[in-house]
Amino acid sequence: MSYFSDIYSGIKTLLTGMRVTGGHFVRIRSENITQQYPDNRDTLQMFERFRGEVVMPHDENNEHRCTGCQSCEIACPNGSIEIIWDRQVDPATGKKKKMIDKHIYHLSMCTMCGLCISACPTDAIVWAQNYENSVYDRSALTKVLNQPGSKLKAGIEE
Amino acid sequence: MMNIPLSITSTIHDWLFSIMPEGAATFTEWILIATAYLALFAVAGLYLVLLERKVAAWFQFRLGPNRVGPWGIFQTIADALKLVSKEIYSNERVDKFLFNLAPYFVIVASLMAMAVFPFSKQFQGFDINIGVFFLFAISSIGVIGLLVGGWASNNKYSLIGAMRSGLQTISYELSVGLSILTMVLLTGTLQLSEIIEVQRTGGWLIFQGHIPAVIAFMIFMIAGTAETNRAPFDLVEAESELGAGFHTEYSGMQFAYFFLAEFINMFIIASIAVVLFFGGWLSPFGITEGITWFPEVLWFVIKVFMIILLMMWFRWTFPRLRVDQLLTLEWKYLLPINMVNLVFMAIVIWLNFTL
Repeated sequence: MSYFSDIYSGIKTLLTGMRVTGGHFVRIRSENITQQYPDNRDTLQMFERFRGEVVMPHDENNEHRCTGCQSCEIACPNGSIEIIWDRQVDPATGKKKKMIDKHIYHLSMCTMCGLCISACPTDAIVWAQNYENSVYDRSALTKVLNQPGSKLKAGIEE
Repeated sequence: MMNIPLSITSTIHDWLFSIMPEGAATFTEWILIATAYLALFAVAGLYLVLLERKVAAWFQFRLGPNRVGPWGIFQTIADALKLVSKEIYSNERVDKFLFNLAPYFVIVASLMAMAVFPFSKQFQGFDINIGVFFLFAISSIGVIGLLVGGWASNNKYSLIGAMRSGLQTISYELSVGLSILTMVLLTGTLQLSEIIEVQRTGGWLIFQGHIPAVIAFMIFMIAGTAETNRAPFDLVEAESELGAGFHTEYSGMQFAYFFLAEFINMFIIASIAVVLFFGGWLSPFGITEGITWFPEVLWFVIKVFMIILLMMWFRWTFPRLRVDQLLTLEWKYLLPINMVNLVFMAIVIWLNFTL
């Protein structure tokens, strides 16, 4: 006689399911999750862990935290980062040490894997939040991450 | 209150017969009616696809197409233009004649079924005294189109899809027929306009036969969605399993035919439900009975859209059934319940318990 109890429980579960989706249908105005891009470009914000592109933050004295250790270049799986460095005399201590000249980042080849950011020992590079990265000229996608005239922040190499 | 009856068909009929000899006038009438049905088929198909996309989106917390025209009303026209401009090709080993013939089976079956519906007191194409029987017989022809399409595609996955579809359709036709028969017991006639006449004087059939009619309606809705191969019974076109089932090898306009025919079949099942259970073009409680210029076809369309919304609700709530679950549902549950319900309705009528 489980035939009838099967039918009854079947109908009950069907109606429960229909009530859930019916609820979505009537509350669509308040529960809608579609972003009407590009109309909402002014107010649209991505979530905190969004992977836009890799940037090197500079503080107000135009100093960054990149020591030129090349950990990110080694960690990158397809060679999207090239570090141009040199051994020069450090003006503060007078000794020869490795300093970074340019940190070249190929956004066209970057897979957004994040290995460079996790490999960096000084937190020099971070994820940015911008999502509109398309350009008309491919050479604009090869970016130099450290700004001209910037130098390493003091006290990073402890 | 204006009491001028809205008798469009008799006005056109008299005008045509006054300006042409009789044979030519009859012929022109036929052409006009055929054009009207084809236009209805095309427009209903197009806008049902848009409605399906919008309703599907609303059930999933998102908005549907809303960029092409306000509320996306030109979206399906854009899709239709795209489909028309696609190249129709097939591989060399398909059975050419059958491959090209298959979509026409389903379209012809759907159009013939649409010819007998009473959209309003005057808008009925073909009012024969075996209306319900005709409807039921015609909708069985559509399955041939699916089988022929799957076989002629020279593709084993299409063939599996077509076989599953044929199996499903012939099983659920039994349930559809028996639940229609349950309601015909109440009306005593198979003619569709007479069925609506019975409902005008006695109330809608789903209220007249209370418990057995409600059970018959539930079984009809389940079997009807299975007839048209809609989810949750859509293992025929299970997009994630079989490519696209029997219509994998079709492209462009032929795919559009199958696709439209599925939506028109949904419209037909909903129309049968409205005519047999919910009073056709009658207004609820007769509120617009006295207003003779009111287009009754509007009530018909509103009711049909309610039922179509119900079918779409089913699609986006329930998971897909496996083929053995499908057959268990039909042969072990729906068919015995249907037969018992038929006897129950007969007893209710005999003992005069109808409302």
